[in-house]
Amino acid sequence: MDFRIPKEHEILREMYREFTENEVKPLAEEVDEKEMFPVETVKKLARYGFLGIPFPKEYGGEGGDNLAYAMAVEELSKACATTSVIVSAHTSLCAAPIYEFGNEEQKQKYLIPLAKGEMLGAFGLTEANAGTDAAGQQTKAVLEGDHYILNGSKIFITNAGYADLYIIMAMTDKSKGVKGISAFIVEKDFEGFSIGKKEAKMGIKGSSTCELIFENCKVPKENLLGRIGQGFRIAMKTLDGGRIGIGAQALGIAQGAIDETVKYVKERKQFGKSISKFQNTQFALADMQTKTDAARLLVYRAANAKDNKGSYGNYAAMAKLFASEAAMDVTTRAVQLHGGYGYTREYPVERMMRDAKITEIYEGTSEVQKMVIAGNMLR
Amino acid sequence: MKIIVCIKQVPDTTEVRLDPKTGTLIREGVPSIMNPDDKSGLEAALQLKDEFGAEVTVITMGPAQAEKALREALAMGADKAILLSDRAFSGADTWATSSTLAAAIRKLDYDLIIAGRQAIDGDTAQVGPQIAEHLNLPQISYVENLELAGDSLILKRVFEDGYHKIKVKMPCLITTLSEMNMPRYMSVGGILDAYREKEIIKWSLNDIEIDTANIGLKGSPTKVKKSFTKGAKSAGKVYEVEPKEAAKLIVEKLKEKFII
Amino acid sequence: MNISEYKGVFVFVEQRDGDIQRVSLELLGKGREIGDKLGETVTAVILGHNIKDKTKTLIHYGADKVIYVDDEALAIYMTEPYTKALTQITNRDKPGIFLIGATAIGRDLAPRVSARIHTGLTADCTSLDIDDENKNLLMTRPAFGGNIMATIICPDHRPQMSTVRPGVMQLFEKDESRQGEIEEYKVEFSKEDSNVEILEVAKETKQKINIEEANVLISGGRGVGKSENFEVLKELAEELDGQVSASRAVVDAGWIDRNHQVGQTGKTVRPDLYVACGISGAIQHLAGMEESELIIAINKDSGAPIFEVADVGIVGDINKIVPALIEELAAAKDNK
Repeated sequence: MDFRIPKEHEILREMYREFTENEVKPLAEEVDEKEMFPVETVKKLARYGFLGIPFPKEYGGEGGDNLAYAMAVEELSKACATTSVIVSAHTSLCAAPIYEFGNEEQKQKYLIPLAKGEMLGAFGLTEANAGTDAAGQQTKAVLEGDHYILNGSKIFITNAGYADLYIIMAMTDKSKGVKGISAFIVEKDFEGFSIGKKEAKMGIKGSSTCELIFENCKVPKENLLGRIGQGFRIAMKTLDGGRIGIGAQALGIAQGAIDETVKYVKERKQFGKSISKFQNTQFALADMQTKTDAARLLVYRAANAKDNKGSYGNYAAMAKLFASEAAMDVTTRAVQLHGGYGYTREYPVERMMRDAKITEIYEGTSEVQKMVIAGNMLR
Repeated sequence: MKIIVCIKQVPDTTEVRLDPKTGTLIREGVPSIMNPDDKSGLEAALQLKDEFGAEVTVITMGPAQAEKALREALAMGADKAILLSDRAFSGADTWATSSTLAAAIRKLDYDLIIAGRQAIDGDTAQVGPQIAEHLNLPQISYVENLELAGDSLILKRVFEDGYHKIKVKMPCLITTLSEMNMPRYMSVGGILDAYREKEIIKWSLNDIEIDTANIGLKGSPTKVKKSFTKGAKSAGKVYEVEPKEAAKLIVEKLKEKFII
Repeated sequence: MNISEYKGVFVFVEQRDGDIQRVSLELLGKGREIGDKLGETVTAVILGHNIKDKTKTLIHYGADKVIYVDDEALAIYMTEPYTKALTQITNRDKPGIFLIGATAIGRDLAPRVSARIHTGLTADCTSLDIDDENKNLLMTRPAFGGNIMATIICPDHRPQMSTVRPGVMQLFEKDESRQGEIEEYKVEFSKEDSNVEILEVAKETKQKINIEEANVLISGGRGVGKSENFEVLKELAEELDGQVSASRAVVDAGWIDRNHQVGQTGKTVRPDLYVACGISGAIQHLAGMEESELIIAINKDSGAPIFEVADVGIVGDINKIVPALIEELAAAKDNK
């Protein structure tokens, strides 16, 4: 087994780091405090290829792989989880399903601008009454002539309002249950489509999370993604991939919190010496880093499996489960090591702890991941 | 338009630390980077390429590891990269370095040669002007702004107390300041291409025409007689004295450190 | 090259709009010292237009002889005409040593000349001396970002050329009674020598606003007392060609703009000199400045943590010490 990161990935990491340090980190506090969607940063991300990493060049992508993508999300997350979830939702939840399930026309029309970062993407599955139980979809799509007419609403949609393109799940045949769900590509300007209420959140506060409203929304027939009734499978496959992104995000948050903590404990003095000299600090740091490294291996394994066209859903679930829980634990301990300062907005670990929480919840809660993992074990 | 950008890979001197006990340089773990002034020169070339179309060739003289800086340049958007590397080139001072680079550049077509003003490890600012002399080209150093005007360039050349706007016909050589722009990052696709697809052109002594008396340590008029560190940072002292005396004390310290 | 033919110390005297640059006078002082050590003469070379009246003062500052080239082509600095003039003079007179100020002009001109006459050049020296054994010039300069010093020699080529950092060498005490030879040297300039066209000449004093790029920072904290007291810090900053920065407490209090804030939530700075005035040195502040080359802290409280990172600590009232320091600096400048 080879644990070596390829040379070009090492260089990619250097670039991601430099970009994050200069372009993302300086804004992180403001993005959180003002709940500000970092529009300018997204433009820069597009310019340097962050929005099309795992897609082939002929589709406007960078010709990279999922490992390169996961590392990008990881590095961005060290400084700002808002920025990384924008990339992750765009790449994993919108561009990826078009790449995997779209026909050639759809790829030409949508994947190329998405991968180039000329369009930003989003994904709508969750509804008020269909969260973990995705099969309970209420949004309906009815074919009328050349158009599907969508009615219903989605909630908690990342990038909503800023995205140009949305992958939307809707019932085309209620009687077939999950087999009656289909996926659609909806442009932001389609008639009858609007953005609803914006959520006020605990963390990733700069990320835009809104309701999507469909009132007789007209979607051209050719914007059906995949086959009719294939929507649930598309959604589940998409979330499998998305979990690599969220696992990478959690991993980055954890590592970011560790880096901040290491810096802090070297500087902070109590009882006449640096608190890094106390064994309590040292043991805590050792636990934090070990856990984060374990998370990293799981995330990279999942990305690698996807790159090698292997079955990766189970790996992705484990990666997301472990990394998100590691992030929560690590950031909580980071705050503790910072003491009173850790509870203030003076230091970024406070934000990181709030941001970490969402990784245990979105794109499948920890419980969902356990269901996936156990389901695979007991098959 | 053909542009040659001379770059140097340097240790990131802001990362260099002195061993507090011995006062010696800790070189381990110091990352190698593309020299900042050179990187701005490359950015200027890439901007010309973006706007008007140009072929940008980067060249460096250095050890095999300098390939990394060249690949970085390719990943930023340079078209070709040349590594001038030979044991015979080592130990060169600025005279020998500029002679060697000039010999390599003579093999190439160019309208414009760009070099960074100075390297952060040597801070000499000599290689650029010396290449210009060897190639008999006009030189404009300390360039902070650049515009293309037909077959000429209009440059802002800065001084301590002002600047000149200078028009110069190409071919010419300019040396650039890192203040002139913010160099772009490598792009994701650029990195993948630079490492998976593009080749570095490698030239050794046999590939260029030069009198061996002008290269390497032997061809260097200047020699390093000795080098030494300024010594370990002494533990700070705290004084409780009258304002006048305190002021004197501080001024003495500033003189000692060449700040005034 | 028969190096024994090369004798004498030459100093390039840089003038801008007829103003002789201070570094050139400093070099005359150093040149004088070296010349005396070698028992050789010191020659000042000045290029420009309508500059004859500047020549005498160079004798007063230590030169034995002045060579001047007065030509319209030299009115404004241009690389090629200046290179041509210096090269011709060097080839005729064969000096053993040639010193040039390490200014934006000197560092353009010196490498060009050294390449043309095929000799070595050492940049940005901070110390010059003569090797007692073989009379070689010992040129010492900082390298590696100032982390090490290197002594460079140029044993087999002449002249031994060096650019020298301004402000390092001592001035020769001006002596108006000194006498010396003044020679006008003629250079034939052709049209081709003016290979660039100067479209505009502008004077400006640069106003830097980015504290991360400043070489000198005068930083104020709560101990400054009140907003108005920052004025004296600004004065000190001007005196040292630096900028004013501040701790978070002061920024929060609205005494100074946030761009000036140093520390964890502000900017990380690493100037050559950081003067912490009335800053206690909270950990978040230290994180942003402790890598500064030289840290001077002034604080009333002798137990302030800032003293732990300071190279020089002064316990006292900044509103008394800073004005005294400004006075002392002004006096030090006049003495130079």
